[in-house]
Amino acid sequence: MKRKPYTGVSADLAAVDGRKRLNWDKLMTGICFVLLLIIVVIPIVMIIYNAFFNEGKPEVEMFVQQVTEKKNLEAMWNTLQIAVFATILGTIMGVFYAWLLGCSDIPAKGLMRALFNIPYMFPPFLGAMAWDMMFNGRSGYINKLLKDIFHLSSMPININSIWGIVFVEVSYYFPFVFMQVVSALERMDPTLEESARIAGAKQRQVIWKITLPLVKPAISAGALLILTTSLAHFGVPSILGYAKGIYTLPTRIYAVIYNSGGSFDGIRQGAALSVMLVVVVAAALILQNRILSSGSYDIIKGKSMRPTLIKLRGAKIPLLLLAILTLVLIVIVPLVMIVLISFLKAYGLPLAFKNFTLAQYQKVFTANGTIAAIRNSLFVSIAAGIICMFLGTLVAYVVQKIKPKGKGALEVISMLPYAIPGTVLSIGVILAWSGRIAGINLYNTIWIILVAYLARYLSFSMKTSSAALLQVHSSLEEASRVCGASHTESLADITLPLIRPAMVSGFFLIFLPAMREVTTSILLYGPYTRTLGVQIYSLRDAGMIPQAAALATVAIGIIIVLNTIVTKITKDRKGV
Amino acid sequence: MADQIVLRNVTKRFTTKTLGDIVAVDNFNLSVHEGECFSFLGPSGCGKSTTLRMIAGFEDLTEGEIELCGRLVSSSKKNLYVQPEDRGLGMVFQAFAVWPHMNVFENVAFPLRIQKVNKTDITRRVNEALHHTSLTGLENVYPSDLSGGQQQRIALARAIVTNPKVMLLDEPLSNLDPKLRETMRFEIKALQRKFNFTIIFVTHDQSEAMAISDRMMVCDMGKIMQIDTPENLYNKPCNRFVHNILGESTFINVVTKDGKAYPKGHTEQALDLTVSADAADEMVVATRPNENALTGPGEGGFHTHIEKRIFLTDRTEYLVPVGDQLLKVQTPHRVTFSEGEECAVHLVEPMWYPAAAAADKERARRQLV
Repeated sequence: MKRKPYTGVSADLAAVDGRKRLNWDKLMTGICFVLLLIIVVIPIVMIIYNAFFNEGKPEVEMFVQQVTEKKNLEAMWNTLQIAVFATILGTIMGVFYAWLLGCSDIPAKGLMRALFNIPYMFPPFLGAMAWDMMFNGRSGYINKLLKDIFHLSSMPININSIWGIVFVEVSYYFPFVFMQVVSALERMDPTLEESARIAGAKQRQVIWKITLPLVKPAISAGALLILTTSLAHFGVPSILGYAKGIYTLPTRIYAVIYNSGGSFDGIRQGAALSVMLVVVVAAALILQNRILSSGSYDIIKGKSMRPTLIKLRGAKIPLLLLAILTLVLIVIVPLVMIVLISFLKAYGLPLAFKNFTLAQYQKVFTANGTIAAIRNSLFVSIAAGIICMFLGTLVAYVVQKIKPKGKGALEVISMLPYAIPGTVLSIGVILAWSGRIAGINLYNTIWIILVAYLARYLSFSMKTSSAALLQVHSSLEEASRVCGASHTESLADITLPLIRPAMVSGFFLIFLPAMREVTTSILLYGPYTRTLGVQIYSLRDAGMIPQAAALATVAIGIIIVLNTIVTKITKDRKGV
Repeated sequence: MADQIVLRNVTKRFTTKTLGDIVAVDNFNLSVHEGECFSFLGPSGCGKSTTLRMIAGFEDLTEGEIELCGRLVSSSKKNLYVQPEDRGLGMVFQAFAVWPHMNVFENVAFPLRIQKVNKTDITRRVNEALHHTSLTGLENVYPSDLSGGQQQRIALARAIVTNPKVMLLDEPLSNLDPKLRETMRFEIKALQRKFNFTIIFVTHDQSEAMAISDRMMVCDMGKIMQIDTPENLYNKPCNRFVHNILGESTFINVVTKDGKAYPKGHTEQALDLTVSADAADEMVVATRPNENALTGPGEGGFHTHIEKRIFLTDRTEYLVPVGDQLLKVQTPHRVTFSEGEECAVHLVEPMWYPAAAAADKERARRQLV
């Protein structure tokens, strides 16, 4: 289906001004190109260059050797398997619950919708930690319990497997599909379904022939998000996979660099693997596009009417229980487990009151490392949020309103990191900013993490600002010009205030995920620049699992508090 | 003529958060004959759409029963409720509701495919339906590439392809531009003559309803006001509301005394009206502006002057004071009075209604939403 193009006024006042003299517009366009070059283009070019060149000479052997090595091929195969299964299962789960909440008469809908957004906020790698505590193939608490109760000869469940990784990823990624589909269902014109009933179709036939095909674009968009996120994801496979030697490409890249002690050769090998990962992502994107050719239907027509909800009748209570059980299983159980473990004197001790202590929290709040980690994370997240907010708006303004030559390139470049895995971006940033270009060496400083975050999250704020700018009709700025304001004054007094709410939400869209980030910072941290995610990961890696759990509890607390604040702020915001 | 759609004591109650209990449809009794075109006319919230949705089977009823083609389809007493797909209806919606993921042919073929009609018959019947709706040649086009009028034709073709006995039209013309609206109205009537189905037509546009209907029901606030032919409704509206909704109206509040009627609050000059013996003390006199007449002073009628003169496309409208109320009179352009000029106004074929209050209060309450 063809998408209707945005038909704005092409002869913008801004464009007319641009012809007259060098001004803010040209300056802004210039700044955009330069900044995007530094933040996005250079790291990507560095990866490709270093994968195929060594000290200025073309060298393909290293790349070929890496790509053909059995371990790496295995990792690629695992990455694909996990991503494909997580996408399929996550999509099915997301669509099912979206349908249940969007189309049926299941009770307590508002509450359920709010609850179903929780898995989205829950950091997946903390979920993986909790599941590992419960169902680790050797020492999982619930595993031990089941083994004792049923007198089994071995542990009943092993979460340290491909299927364990898929399970945990599905638990935290299905909201991608859920949220897209539930909103599409809610906006859909109910007469589209009603006319099928009149045409003689049974309820079941309406779902398969009308409802699902109409929300297919939403399903497809959500599935794509699961697929790319899973391919690039580091946390879950590294926590669940290491024990059994199950590697994915992102964890393999980390292992290669970690084992080489951060040497240049290791980083180059990482670069070669990065190219591999990017190829896999690209292939997946193309494949996905083939299977679910996306497009958008105009399904929000007509007067809004109470949609006829499907009566679940006898199935109502069982389905409600199923939904609640799902939430308990993927949110409450892991949370409780993490909190319980955080009180333990030592990992492995039975979960009994006599083994409980507050010592872990004391350590968390007195140890220099953890306090520094919280401070680092707050600093990089806030800095990245603010800089991206302004830079994203700048790029969006240039693309939407100034429309210079090369606007397409600008748009593509700023969206590029969206498709490039965080691990890959980190390698690029290391290659670019550890002294090889103009002697700038940011390695082991907090700044290199900030630069990587900027590249990674810029597209988030650009998207929200773009959408808001599209809503600000050029007549608003024109009206201000007629009133005697200059172009710059109009921009400051009219356009910026109108898109401010979008800018603020763009900030939080970056700040919140950055606070719990591991994928990028795990490759970039130095001795004094651990982030919150890295610190939890390292504590756990060092065997200090209860302390890691205590810090994780603190992190979850911070996330909950911040989220509540965000919801409060965004609820009573005004604007376009 | 047999009754094809019968509603007996149909009532629908909702509970809403803001307004509490609302009787959306209050004890509706009506029967629509075979081959008839029957309109539901009323402002939004009058219960017309809810009634249509109950007939279609999208809403269950709180009380009463509905019979379609001699078959009971909804009944509160027998706890009977036939699903919409099993009622054998055709329906066209306001927003067309053509499926954007299917092309024209697939849209129209859908009802037949659901019925598992064989392939050659499907092709034949779809082509026939497309022919009758002037869509031949557009079989493989997707709805998003078609105009609103063409999309509504797809909806019509989809509705007639199964040859239903009853066709429900839910404001099918209100998303179209005025010219197209008239064309489509004729096309619907032509299709009805050809296939001889019964139409229920829901609208809030009185001219549309009058032009298309054999009979119509006017309702307001969930109550049936009057059911009759368009002519009778226009000439003998049973109350002030029906008078007003069926055509331009002008009202004068009057008090009656000793067999004469005076504009309320002004007893110097009586209106030129015959007061019936059973008239109450306070009444409303309703007339059509275009039927009232203006003459020079001294030629009978009510002596007054021209307050305002408005030049309309086909008539001239005058506002003339009657006491402290303004009466609307529309005359052919050739009758000319200037503003301030003295004149006499003649009320022609007036209708007398009691001074109502209860209905207005209820309206005010509901419009709080």
